[in-house]
Amino acid sequence: MTLGHWDVTPKDLFLNRRRFLAAAGAGAGLGLAGFSPARAAADLTPTPKDAVTSYNNFYEFGTDKEDPARNAGSLTLSPWSVEVGGLVERPGTYALADLLTGLTVEERIYRFRCVEAWAMVVPWNGVPLAAVLEKVGIAKGARYVAFETLYRPEEMPGQASPILDWPYREGLRLDEAQHPLTLLATGLYGESLPPQNGAPLRLVVPWKYGFKSIKSIVRITLTADQPPTTWNQMAPEEYGFYANVNPAVDHPRWSQASERVVGSGLFGGRQDTLPFNGYETEVAGLYAGMDLRQNY
Amino acid sequence: MPGMDRLNSVLRRVPAWPIYAIAAAYAAWRFWLAVTGQLGPDPVDRLTADSGTLALQMLIAGLTISVLRKTIGLNLLRYRRAIGLTAFFFAAAHFLVWLLLDLALRWDQILADLSKRPFVMIGMAALLLLLPLALTSNNMSLRRLGALRWRQLHWLTYPAVLLAALHHLIGVKVVTAAPVAYLAATVLLLVARPALMRRRS
Repeated sequence: MTLGHWDVTPKDLFLNRRRFLAAAGAGAGLGLAGFSPARAAADLTPTPKDAVTSYNNFYEFGTDKEDPARNAGSLTLSPWSVEVGGLVERPGTYALADLLTGLTVEERIYRFRCVEAWAMVVPWNGVPLAAVLEKVGIAKGARYVAFETLYRPEEMPGQASPILDWPYREGLRLDEAQHPLTLLATGLYGESLPPQNGAPLRLVVPWKYGFKSIKSIVRITLTADQPPTTWNQMAPEEYGFYANVNPAVDHPRWSQASERVVGSGLFGGRQDTLPFNGYETEVAGLYAGMDLRQNY
Repeated sequence: MPGMDRLNSVLRRVPAWPIYAIAAAYAAWRFWLAVTGQLGPDPVDRLTADSGTLALQMLIAGLTISVLRKTIGLNLLRYRRAIGLTAFFFAAAHFLVWLLLDLALRWDQILADLSKRPFVMIGMAALLLLLPLALTSNNMSLRRLGALRWRQLHWLTYPAVLLAALHHLIGVKVVTAAPVAYLAATVLLLVARPALMRRRS
């Protein structure tokens, strides 16, 4: 299938952010009392599109930031199906369109913070993951959601070298997955996701380091136990399962207290990193009573 | 080897100063590209990576010179000073980009990096080892120190290159071929040199 108009926010809506904010604010009912994703978007200036689409970490296509834009063009996006399994009521292999049908694609302007201490602001288009999970039915006993990226070495040249344990895997606790901020993105800047940004379907968890936001998803599995995740397996002391953006907990090799703003130029300097990447009000409750230094 | 003798005699007429000129022009050009937004959306990261890699490459190139002379008789000794100073120039640029443009003089973070992160400390140590070498890479220092003491001082090159290669390897997020190759080349050259010296005597 091809991604058409239906998967993006109507242009007049995303071009007029003020109106969008007003509309989203009015119709908030997103499951959390008083919560509005639009409020989180206030005062954010999106990073220029060419920066968002030319500066990517997607090791399936190479380890340099420019590699994905250079090498991902040949990725076959259609047909695309997602295998939904584990503790769900309606398991099966869903064509992407079937998985999304009936759901409203929204625009969400989110901060994006990489574990490498750089940051962007991205206007995503997508559906709340919670809505997809509701659609497939969460079975009793499910506590985590595991995701897997496509493994197709003939189209993903980076998978030829064993730098990571392919396929790329990520996971969330169920309550994190169901949080209204958690998005399954199908587009950015009102257009279909470019392959280098994780087309045709990727996760966006704006309060976590970017590596949690797994790209080009082909498998979603609900589990009772915490699933293994790629970077955590590779270097557990550097990349935790939670990976919540936290300026107070450093990466062993660099500080997480501040971040470079991608697109701000050579003399852009740094800005302070915010707890939970600026979404503390919305998500801190998920981790009440947890030691975030232990569970980094 | 008559061929090598001829090459060496040709090289005697090729001056070393273009190495300085090319290095300076290249650095100025890259900086200009970065200022004008032509190095991509994260120019700081690009300049950091490029200057560091170049410094390491030049340091390794400097190590090959005595090995090349002892193995195949190629005499590039007269370029060693220029290569070494160029390596220091890029290492210093690497440090300054980190200090002024990346961390942008956030001293709390800079001091924390320098005091608790081995990756940063190793890189800093390499640069500090190179500093006296750069300062004495001139004929006056050579005369003042005397050849033997000067040469002994410049043995600091070896730990400096090793630390630089180590800094590069442990700085990467995933281990790819390049940083491993740099470290392997460094170790090989460090081992080859004394072995070749012994064989001679």
